[in-house]
Amino acid sequence: MTSLIESVRTTVGDTLFYGAVSPLVKILVLLFLMILPLIAYLTLAERRILGFMQARLGPNRVGPWGLLQPIADVAKLLVKGDSIPLRAVKWAFVLAPCLVVGPAILVFAVIPLGPRAEAGGLSWFVTDINTGLLFVVATASIGVYGLILGGWSSNNKFSLMGGLRSAAQMISYEVPQGLALVGPVLLAGTLSMVGIVEAQKADRFWYVFPQIVGFFLYLVAGVAETNRNPFDLPEAESELVAGFHTEYSGMRFALFFLGEYANMIVISAVATTLFLGGWLRPFPNVEALAFLDPVPGVIWFALKVFVFLFLYIWFRGTFPRYRFDQLMDLGWKWMIPVALGNLALTALVKLLVA
Amino acid sequence: MTSYLPILVFTLVAVLFLTAALLAARLLRHAGSASMNLEPYECGNEALTFAHDHRFSIRYYLIAVLFVIFDVETVFLFPWAVLFDQLALFGFIEMMVFLAILVVGYVYIWNRGALRWV
Repeated sequence: MTSLIESVRTTVGDTLFYGAVSPLVKILVLLFLMILPLIAYLTLAERRILGFMQARLGPNRVGPWGLLQPIADVAKLLVKGDSIPLRAVKWAFVLAPCLVVGPAILVFAVIPLGPRAEAGGLSWFVTDINTGLLFVVATASIGVYGLILGGWSSNNKFSLMGGLRSAAQMISYEVPQGLALVGPVLLAGTLSMVGIVEAQKADRFWYVFPQIVGFFLYLVAGVAETNRNPFDLPEAESELVAGFHTEYSGMRFALFFLGEYANMIVISAVATTLFLGGWLRPFPNVEALAFLDPVPGVIWFALKVFVFLFLYIWFRGTFPRYRFDQLMDLGWKWMIPVALGNLALTALVKLLVA
Repeated sequence: MTSYLPILVFTLVAVLFLTAALLAARLLRHAGSASMNLEPYECGNEALTFAHDHRFSIRYYLIAVLFVIFDVETVFLFPWAVLFDQLALFGFIEMMVFLAILVVGYVYIWNRGALRWV
């Protein structure tokens, strides 16, 4: 593997190799061999786990343990007719699902799956920019345009209500989410995603311990941002049919679906990077656990992300839906004051310790 | 700046992927069926009015305006957090004053009932 990398690098030259060839290969591997299969099997895992939580089996007919179910789903959605309603605003109707999926997968450009490159190897991330976290927040928030455009352009009353609700919900929870993210930045002193994990290594503890309040704020805000239970009001089946995607079918509906699951993975990956030490092993300060060091960082990263994804599914199997005014109260009257207090306290403690 | 180049590449890959997915669906999907399918869904009834004929609650605008205020504040917090070590006590006091001004506004909108949904 190393010799192959080396021979390609000498053939095309350093500039071209590190500027275009290696990022392109990484992007293709990340997108088509990691994110898309993970999304596909996350849908299956969700249905199976929910099934077991509700004392039923879940899909188990297509292939062994239903393992081919996602492929069957994709094939079905591909050949389904996807109509554009006559009264819809066509360009917005087609653009909306793309605006949800595109930014969600773009965020993975700055998320480090593992450490920097060792001699002769490749790094475990596509790129490391010094405004990494800002890029994540900015890009992830584009998704709200997709939801409100999809809801509005359908010219359907349910869709319009669902679109407005989801927009209000997402922007309301973006405030405490942003405030919760400032905590780890304060401790690390950098916005680079790789830098934040390296700071946790240097500090010898995961930031979930000093930032436990920020961690829970981020977790709750993250569930609300992805419109998942117990904050799934935008799609509330029993009152809004399916919310903003009532009129969507076929591939365009599949893209909305893809976007929701991609966003779940984004939230999990960002939480892992900022609070759970990214690719670091558990308790990086305890020497007794040093025998865990040979395990590659990417395995730790994946395990932590899977824990969050399981949590999402668990929430769905456990909690009833919030009412809209309760949702707004939680965001504006509870989480914002707590996030501000947590921020001031973190800054004060850091000032006194330094 | 070269570290931003892969993001451009990623954007192109994402756009190509989305175009390919929609094109594939266009080639493979069923042809459109009866025209009644293209009317907005109204639980099976024929729609008399349409979504764009109606207005919606003013509170959604209010939430949007409040969001802008708080989000701009978050944008100011990020550079402050990065440079906290250099700014030290001066930076801490300055940011607390800034937050105090914001909290005054926050208490005001809370008292005026802007955060009350029902």
